[in-house]
Order: sequence, then C-alpha cells, then structure tokens
Amino acid sequence: MTTTVQAPPALCLANIAKRFGSVLANDDVSFDLNQGEVLALLGENGAGKTTLMNILFGQYTADTGSVSVFGETLPPGKPGAALRAGVGMVHQHFTLAANLSVWENIALGTQGIGSFVLRSGQVRAKIRDLSARFHLDVDPDARVSTLSVGEQQRVEILKALYRDARVLILDEPTAVLTPQEAQDLFATLRQAVEMGLSIIFISHKLHEVMALADRIAVLRHGRLVATRTRAETNPNELVSLMVGTAVERHEYTPRTIGAPRLSLRNVSTPSTGTRFGLNNVSLTLHAGQIVGLAGVSGNGQAALSDVISGLIAPSSGDIDIAGQGITEWSPRVALSHGIGRIPEDRHKTGTIADFDLTENAVLETYRDQFSRRGWIDWRGARAHAEALRETYDVRTAGVDSRIRLLSGGNMQKLILGRVLEQSPQIILANQPVRGLDIGAVTYVHRRLVEAAENGAAVLLISEDLDEVRKLSDVIQVISDGRLSPPIPRDDATPAVLGHWMAGNGFEGEVPHAS
Amino acid sequence: MRLEPISAPTPARRIVPPVLALVATLVVTSVLVMIAGRAPGDVLRQIVIGAVGSKFALLETLNRTTPLIFTGLAVAVAFRAKLWNIGAEAQLYAGAVITVILGTGAMSAPSFVMLPVLAVAAFIAGALILLGPVILKTRLGVDEVVTTLLFNFIFLLFVSFLLEGPLKDPMGMGWPKSARMLAEARLPRIFDGVRLHWGFGVALIAALVIWVMDAKSTLGFEMRAVGQNRDAARFAGIPVTSVMIKTAVISGGLAALAGFSEVSGLKGSLTLDLSPGFGYTGIVVAMLALLHPLGVVVAAFFVAAIFVGADSMSRAIGVPSYIADIMLASALLFMVLAILLTKFRVRRD
Repeated sequence: MTTTVQAPPALCLANIAKRFGSVLANDDVSFDLNQGEVLALLGENGAGKTTLMNILFGQYTADTGSVSVFGETLPPGKPGAALRAGVGMVHQHFTLAANLSVWENIALGTQGIGSFVLRSGQVRAKIRDLSARFHLDVDPDARVSTLSVGEQQRVEILKALYRDARVLILDEPTAVLTPQEAQDLFATLRQAVEMGLSIIFISHKLHEVMALADRIAVLRHGRLVATRTRAETNPNELVSLMVGTAVERHEYTPRTIGAPRLSLRNVSTPSTGTRFGLNNVSLTLHAGQIVGLAGVSGNGQAALSDVISGLIAPSSGDIDIAGQGITEWSPRVALSHGIGRIPEDRHKTGTIADFDLTENAVLETYRDQFSRRGWIDWRGARAHAEALRETYDVRTAGVDSRIRLLSGGNMQKLILGRVLEQSPQIILANQPVRGLDIGAVTYVHRRLVEAAENGAAVLLISEDLDEVRKLSDVIQVISDGRLSPPIPRDDATPAVLGHWMAGNGFEGEVPHAS
Repeated sequence: MRLEPISAPTPARRIVPPVLALVATLVVTSVLVMIAGRAPGDVLRQIVIGAVGSKFALLETLNRTTPLIFTGLAVAVAFRAKLWNIGAEAQLYAGAVITVILGTGAMSAPSFVMLPVLAVAAFIAGALILLGPVILKTRLGVDEVVTTLLFNFIFLLFVSFLLEGPLKDPMGMGWPKSARMLAEARLPRIFDGVRLHWGFGVALIAALVIWVMDAKSTLGFEMRAVGQNRDAARFAGIPVTSVMIKTAVISGGLAALAGFSEVSGLKGSLTLDLSPGFGYTGIVVAMLALLHPLGVVVAAFFVAAIFVGADSMSRAIGVPSYIADIMLASALLFMVLAILLTKFRVRRD
C-alpha cells in the first residue's frame, strides 16, 4: 500500500441532517468526493437526494453539519456560495433561454450589471477553447432552440465550465437522452475527469452507474446506507441497498383469496418523453389479496397507476372488472366500478390545496352522494367530512381548514378515508406512505391490510421493498414497462427481486423457498 | 430576494397591504395632479361629487356600472376556472348585434316576450363567440389569451361592416349606425322618471345567481376545482373539458348581456362606440373584486364612479379625465401587489 500526500477532497459533506416537520429528509449524511473522481449518488425518489443538493447550494440550511469545497467550509444558507467555490450543477430540466444563442446563454449572468457591452469575442474564444479541451462540440453562435437535447445538455455543461466549475453535479443527466447521446455524455465526462474535474452523478439507472462511477454512495430514507467502489459491488447489491434488504420476517396471517376483481390483459400504453409506458402487461387482482408491485422508480409504475386510475386508456389490451370487459374508461368509470385510488402525489393529484377539508372529502362523491338536481348538499358533505375526520384521525382545526395547512400524514389519512369510506372493491395504493412519519406509516398500512381482510383487492405500488414484502401476499416486479410473473411472498427473496429489478429480465430460475 | 408562501396569514397581513394599495393609488394620483398645477384635495373632492354627489350623478354612475357588472362577472367566472377570456369586448358586441337585429323589426312580439327572447339570444351569441377559442384550447392546446384577444379586433371590424352595410339605418343620414330599437324591445326604467333602466336590475340578479351557483351548485364546485387544480380535478373524475365548455358558455353569455343591456336599456341603437372598452375594463373589475361575484358589483361601481367622477371633475377643474385611467391602472397594479403580499413574505438572501 502506498501513501500519497493527502489532497483535500473536492467536496466534503459532513454530518448533514435536515428535518422537515416530523420527517428526517437527511439523517447524518457524510461523504467525500475525491478530486478527479466520479461519485454516483444513488437513491429512490424521496431518499433525500434533492434535499442534499439544496443544502449544498444553499437553498436550505442544514440543521447540523457542514459543506466544504476544496477544504473551504461554505457559509450555510447562502445561495451562490457553492457556485463561487467552483461547484456547477446541471439540472435535469435545462435552464436555457431558447431564443438566445449558445454563447449568449453561457455568458448570461457572468457579467456585472454595469457592463453593457458584451465582450462577445472573448466569450466566444473561451467557449471554443473549452469545447475543444472537453470535446464538447457545440457551435457558440447556434440558437439554443435549434439544438438537440443532447447538445443543450452540452451547453449546460459548458455553462458550468465557463464559470470555472471544478466540481460538476449532474442530476439524472441521461433521463432525457437517447442511448447514443448518453454514450457521448459518458465520453465527455470521462474526458472531464481526466482534465481534473470531480463529478457527482445522480441517477437510479444502475447500468449507467456501473459504467461510469468510481464510487457509489447509496441514500435510503435520508440516510447514507453504503458507499462502495465499483469493483466491490454489483447491480443486485445496489438494488437491495437502495430499496431495502428486507431480511426481517414480518408478521403475516394468510388471507382468504377470493375471485378475480380486476384484470389487465396484454395492456400497453405509449411511452411519453422520458416516461416508460406499459409493454404488454397482464395483471390480475383478487378479492382479499394484496399484490405488491416492486420496482426501481421510473420503470412504468406511473403508467400502470394512471391506467388503473382511469386517467389513461390502454392503447391496446383489455381491462376486465369482475369478469366484465370495459369499453369506456375514465376516472369516473373507474370510481363507479368501485376502484378506490390513492395517488402517488397527494399534493398535486390527491387534493386541492386551497379547498377545505369538506370540499376535498367529497371531491369524488359530490355528484352521486351529496347533491340533488345540481345543488350540493353542503350540510351532508360537512357531516361526512366530520365523520371522516373522526374515523381516520385527521388532525385539523376543523373541516373548514384548508388542506394546504395539513401535514402530509393528515392529508394522506384524509385521502385514505375518502377511498375506504366508499368500501371499494379494488384499491390502488401508489406509494401510500412516501414521506410520512412512522406513526402515519403504521396507520396507513394497518388500514390497507384491514381493507384486504374485508375483501378488497389491493395493488400496492412501492419503491420500498420492505414495504412491499411486509404487506403483500403476492409480489410482482415492474421493469422497463414490463411485469414479472407473480410470486408468493415467501418465495420473493431479495436476491430474486433484486435480480429482476436490476433490469436483467424475468427469465431464469423459477424461485423456490427453502 | 425570494418569496416565501405564508401558510396562515394573520388578519393584519390580510388587511394592511390592500389599504396601503389604496393609499399608494391616491399618492400617485395626487402627485400627477400637483404636476398639473391643481390641488389634489380639490380634484379628489370633485371626482367624488361628480360620481355620487347628486341624484343625477349617482344615476349616471349606476348606468355606467351596469355593463361593467356583466363584463366583470364574465371575466371573474372564466378566470376562476383558469380560462383566460380576454374577449369580453367581442362577446359584448355579439350580444348587441343580435339584440339590434331582433329588436329593430326582425321579430315582433309584446315586450314581456320580446325582452327575454332578446336576452337569451344575446347570451347564446356571446357563448358561441367564446366557444371557438375554448374548443381550440381543449382540442389543440391553442392559447385562448391570444385567440380571444385578437378576435376582439376581428369582431369589431365585422360590426363596422354591418353598420356600414346590412344593419345601416336608412334614415341615419349616412352615419354608421343601426336603426332604432322598437319600443317593445326596450328595457323599461326601474322607476318612472328616473334615468336608470332594468339592465341594472338584471346585472344585480346575475351577480346573485353566479354567487349562489359558485357556492352551492355542482357546476360551481367543478368550476372552482378545475380552476384550482386541473390534475386533481381530472383525477377525481370531474369532466374537465365539459366544465371548461360550460364555463365558456356562461362567461361569453354574461359579457353578451352587457351588449344587450346597453342597446336595449340605454342607447336604443347600435353604433361602433357602444362600448368604450367595457370588455377590457371588466378584467380590471374582476381582478379588483378578487374574482368574487358580489365583489364584482362593488368593484364595478367603484370603477364606474372613477370614470364618471373624473369626467365631471375634468369639466369643472380642467385636469384631463385621463387621470381616471391612471387611477384605475395604479389601483389595479398596487392591488395585485398587495394581494401577493398577503400570501407571500419577502425574504432577502
């Protein structure tokens, strides 16, 4: 073993913790980014990556901990400090002015307010120099609106380099790229590392992480669960680190499984932009059964959830409910067939923030249960909301308070109550406990299990393998918009699920317990 | 500098900024009046006297309030559902054109039949005018701000064509002006001998109806839900497209009633200066009313009072009546800012 003179790490996060209400978004996270290294930051949505980056860039102030760049500690809560210290960020959604040229975009914001004359010659020369050194091939005079997505990303990277960034952070950089563009990006990044840059690469695409990263840091539930060098790990291990090892046995009483309630047969939906559609998916939900759908996020969960919610109709394939084929499909049809839906995003799709508790409680039922001849029975609606608030322990000042003021847990309890009060035959629960504190998690889980015991067919979509294994009777894996065959909970070992979730296909040995 | 949302504003936070907005408006107006070499106190007093200082003044203001209630309601209804209807001006003229066509001899009936028919026909005409842009929006995603705004100019030119051609009054000495409305097609006065027609009454009723609809009906609930959060509304099974279309029908129809009321109640014929921009002023009215239907009545009266008062002040003191436009514009700008400050806290970094 050789000892070298210790250079300060390019970036050092020490003991970062950040709490929002009762949720710990970051829990004592520490890691170093060495100079000339590519570090992949891996983690599911809600694992705390965004919070961490916001702390780094001074948008949030951490409760504890510090950030230092090349040995210099950054002042907390000062946006711009990280930029000045040489950290550049390339966001997933570009921040370019489409109607300006490449060099104008790059120079934008780098000159003082007083300087009216753009030194376009100097700017162009510096850009040409950077393009050549980093093999970032872009015409400085091209208009941004004429560039492909891959080229626009290059402009973003140039923008960071132009500001003398020595640390580059890329948030899901390949999400918007074609495979070829992604290969080009990787070549660029390797080149950049050779030139002495240090890179943090945020992703949940495992093969890319394995292709590019020197080291991999895995975040889960706000904690840094592991740091591995590429040589000592493999995709299967990363999946289990990311979504939970799920070794503990959960209490489980087998439930009586009834008749099929909902079947999707060979359902496909188009992929839109960066979102996976469904590819020939067949799925059957039985009364009294919880089917857990595991998968790395962005593999078609949203499309499946939208289909079952009624938001999108399959482009091909059939939906059967209680043995009957469905011809017309919309949220209202789904509701009328007894499908209760807990959406993934309770703020954007589950509730209306400026409506009060009563209005949100009857959002799906005002027409059928709380109105007569076009007039809403607000008295009845209020009484219903009061009852929901009691039964489901939604803690608010009253049924007149706006949903905006509720905590995530109380919001979710309201949605849960809204769904369960209708005694749904089928329940779609998409990420029902994401971001909730432990008390609310337990509560939501208990209610879902009770609903299944009372005969509902439940589909639980979750990126948390622990959650899936804890609640489900049967587990399926979604990967690249395709669905694995169902396997009983006892056969669903982390090894098998991890293998499937890592995108290796569903072929191979049929798993067995023992 | 950035804005931070306030989850539960205190009463002071809700009241102080709008009051400051009013003060700021008066300050801006006063400074301009002083530049014009007059005493601000005199000017403001004359505006108040001119608007509400006599029976005649008050009636004049109420007559001016009437179309603004209609267009204000039209805009408020649309904006609440996040349908950006900037075309109330065209819808108003559409209502006026139908009213004139039917009311100058195309049909004959006693007054109690004629007037409802005219009102309904005008409502439908306005609704149809807005339906085009809305269908373009829901089907093809065409921005309705652009289509409704630009259609105003097209429609005004069309009205100009009608007044020079098919609708031109043969007895009009060559002026681009329609024939007079039949007596049974005229809205009667509310009180004998008082120059205030039933259009005002209809406007008040319309505001009440919209208010009740908004608070109590399923359609009102759906319109608010679609306006507040389209994704959540769609997810909950609210038929978003059909709600948008119903909103457009109501909004366009209300704006057209302004045209009906002006022609049938006040002017008695159609000319190209029927509306001095009531459709656009309706946006100001609706914004000042925070899109509340009853607030629209108050805001319409306020706006009408400023216009009528400024006209009268201008005759008395000689400060140009354009001061009214400045007062309104600054009142609106300061109010929008004030509303922002009731919801957000400014933080400096």
